[in-house]
Amino acid sequence: MPQFLLYLFAKIKKIILHFKKQKKMKEIMTVYYMEAKSARVGGRKVAWITSGGPVEPLIAMDVIPVYPENHGAMIGASKMGTDLCERAESMGYSTDLCSYARSDIACATVNGGPIGGLPRPDMLVCCNNICGTVLKWYEIQARYFNVPLFILDTPFCHEGFTEEARRYVRRQLDEYIVFLEKACGRKMDHDRMKEVGRLSLEGQRLWQAVLDTTTHSPAPMSAFDAFYHLALIVTLRGTRDVIDYYTQLLEKMKDRVAKGIGAVPNEKYRLLWDNIPIWHRTRWLSQKFASHDACLVADTYTSAWCGTMKYIDENRFFDSMAEAYTRIYLNIGVDEMARTVLGMVDKYRVDGIVMHSNRSCKPYSFGQYDIQKIVERERGIPSLIIEADMVDERSFSESQVATRIDAFMEMIKQRKGV
Amino acid sequence: MTPIDEFHEVLRDPAAYGRKLREEGRRKIVGYFCSYTPEEMIYAAGAHPMRLFGTGENIHLADAHLQSYCCSLVRGALEGALAGHLEFLDGAVFPHTCDSIQRLSDVWRMNVKGPFHLDIVMPVKLDAESAKEYMADVLKRFRKDLEDKLDAKLSDEALKDAIVRFNKIRGCLGRLYEMKNKNPGIISGSDLYAIVKASMMMDRGRVLDLLPKVIADLGKKKATAETAGRRLVLAGGICNHPDIYRIIEETGGTVVWDDLCTGSRYFEGLTEEGKDPVTALAERYISRPPCPAKHAGLFSRADHLVRIAKEKRAEGVVFFFLKFCDPHAFDYPYMKEALDGEGIPSVMVEAEDQLPSEGQLQTRFETFVQML
Repeated sequence: MPQFLLYLFAKIKKIILHFKKQKKMKEIMTVYYMEAKSARVGGRKVAWITSGGPVEPLIAMDVIPVYPENHGAMIGASKMGTDLCERAESMGYSTDLCSYARSDIACATVNGGPIGGLPRPDMLVCCNNICGTVLKWYEIQARYFNVPLFILDTPFCHEGFTEEARRYVRRQLDEYIVFLEKACGRKMDHDRMKEVGRLSLEGQRLWQAVLDTTTHSPAPMSAFDAFYHLALIVTLRGTRDVIDYYTQLLEKMKDRVAKGIGAVPNEKYRLLWDNIPIWHRTRWLSQKFASHDACLVADTYTSAWCGTMKYIDENRFFDSMAEAYTRIYLNIGVDEMARTVLGMVDKYRVDGIVMHSNRSCKPYSFGQYDIQKIVERERGIPSLIIEADMVDERSFSESQVATRIDAFMEMIKQRKGV
Repeated sequence: MTPIDEFHEVLRDPAAYGRKLREEGRRKIVGYFCSYTPEEMIYAAGAHPMRLFGTGENIHLADAHLQSYCCSLVRGALEGALAGHLEFLDGAVFPHTCDSIQRLSDVWRMNVKGPFHLDIVMPVKLDAESAKEYMADVLKRFRKDLEDKLDAKLSDEALKDAIVRFNKIRGCLGRLYEMKNKNPGIISGSDLYAIVKASMMMDRGRVLDLLPKVIADLGKKKATAETAGRRLVLAGGICNHPDIYRIIEETGGTVVWDDLCTGSRYFEGLTEEGKDPVTALAERYISRPPCPAKHAGLFSRADHLVRIAKEKRAEGVVFFFLKFCDPHAFDYPYMKEALDGEGIPSVMVEAEDQLPSEGQLQTRFETFVQML
């Protein structure tokens, strides 16, 4: 067969595969949001929950979890963030506040945004393991919707997890169940909870396995793909859907590895991404780096949803949630974060780090400069800091960032000598 | 020097005061950043608790560690340490509050060599049974940590004595606030500001010598008519800008009370004496007026502010925030709404390391005061 036909065939196959992948994810997410929006008809309750929060008890209680942060990401990706942020500002919220929070708070009052607003919550579950912002944000929504709020307070682990913190969080898990039983008007089925825990852990293992496929060169997927596929492990952790989806995805990625197909056609440089994606520029950034034959092969963000498996005890899932939910990536000291980053640098064999200094996320961004210095000192690899915001486009300068990426890639190329 | 001058003198150059204390060498000096720090424990362990407010000027060393969207309190605190202005410290204590202080602790621990470093990770939610138990547990750990770091014994007796001493200080500050509230003309806002802030920094024996004198002096002053200006409440986080009191007074207002971390939130709610001291301290932290980085209920902060405004017969509220202070910025719309609902007007001012220009502030306050 002539060369160009082979090429065309491969291209078409790739497009079909891509389409299939997209459709599957879209189907699951559409069904999920339709279910959530019609929960009342089906007699089910809706809980809004933070992205790092323990969703498993909700699944076990047949409550539909809804994620305002995921909604924030959708708002950002559909470039509706600036409008909604401005609306929040007109309500009195400072422009310096988290843009997820600003856009969600504004969206609740107008039922706007890419999916016409989130389904109204029956209860709110806020776990402060990711930031203090969610506490304030959920207080605002609890007042606005006049629904009960449960706070799971996970003490920050500057230098480890103390015994008293363990007792405190464990005791709160019991308070959480009491809260849910009251809100739902029925008892928790502890056997069901065990099963959900098992599914959650299996989902996390599969997600880690998917992310691990990028240890291969060329990487079969990039961090930008991970940002997309992430939705399920965040929103539906503990369900069978997650397992089916990631099992298929893992097969696809393994197949690509076997065939030597890379996410970036001519992968020469491998990079690590740090912080929440710049949702309104993911495609642009992906293309920009690909144009330099660079692939962002891993990131500190999507790996956070499977980063504490070492603390989960399969046979005592509920008890071990206390430690697993407290010791997540954002709830640990900067030095421990730096050690995690060094581990990823080695594991994924990266040539450089791209750090998004995210005005919206102080706990993720403050400390980046120190991590940058530690990585440069310990591994001798360069890093780039991009000043931006995950949703609010007003703090993004495309031309300035493009120039900085070009300069950074020049440096990487010279260092690698390829 | 009058007692009030002495308080001002400490604020003029806190580092010089710290060095002087160090030379006198009576107590080890432990710096801290937040009104949730158990000063009583530090004092009972034989050390001197000294609150740090950061330097407001010429921040450049901290820029290598913290982004520009970090508040000036945190950047200024790190700057002070990196520039060597705090070499008189034997240790520093970081109570967990907001996301920025949380990371300040990490960055400080990794970059500031010399003084010991202690975290105290209190509960964020205060209205649950589990949180009460955890609060006491945290204080017990802090007590042990302090004993280790200071190589000292912290006895129950010493802690009880310290509680009595700090209760006296807090009681005096409350008394001064009451005096000003009754008769706003007898002491200027910036004098009272200096007294409260310096009381968190100075040798506490000296503080207890001076405060009763100030109270006695003010008691002798003839009651002036209540014409000192429109009665206002100042609300926000920490205040590092004494000029704001002068500008408010010059434009026809007077601050009769506040809801500030460098004001009433520091002294309100005394620790119960005569019971287990750790339990008593834990109970105070659970029940005192909360910082917005903590959760004591959905309406607790607005209710508290409205109550203050009504009790003190305030005609208006001035919100005074540090730029990039998320917890306060999130609470602002609902607190303003609560005031609106009670017919209490308010105005909001935001400061970075410097105040907005004086002319701009004057215009805003003039307009506000005239509207009352």
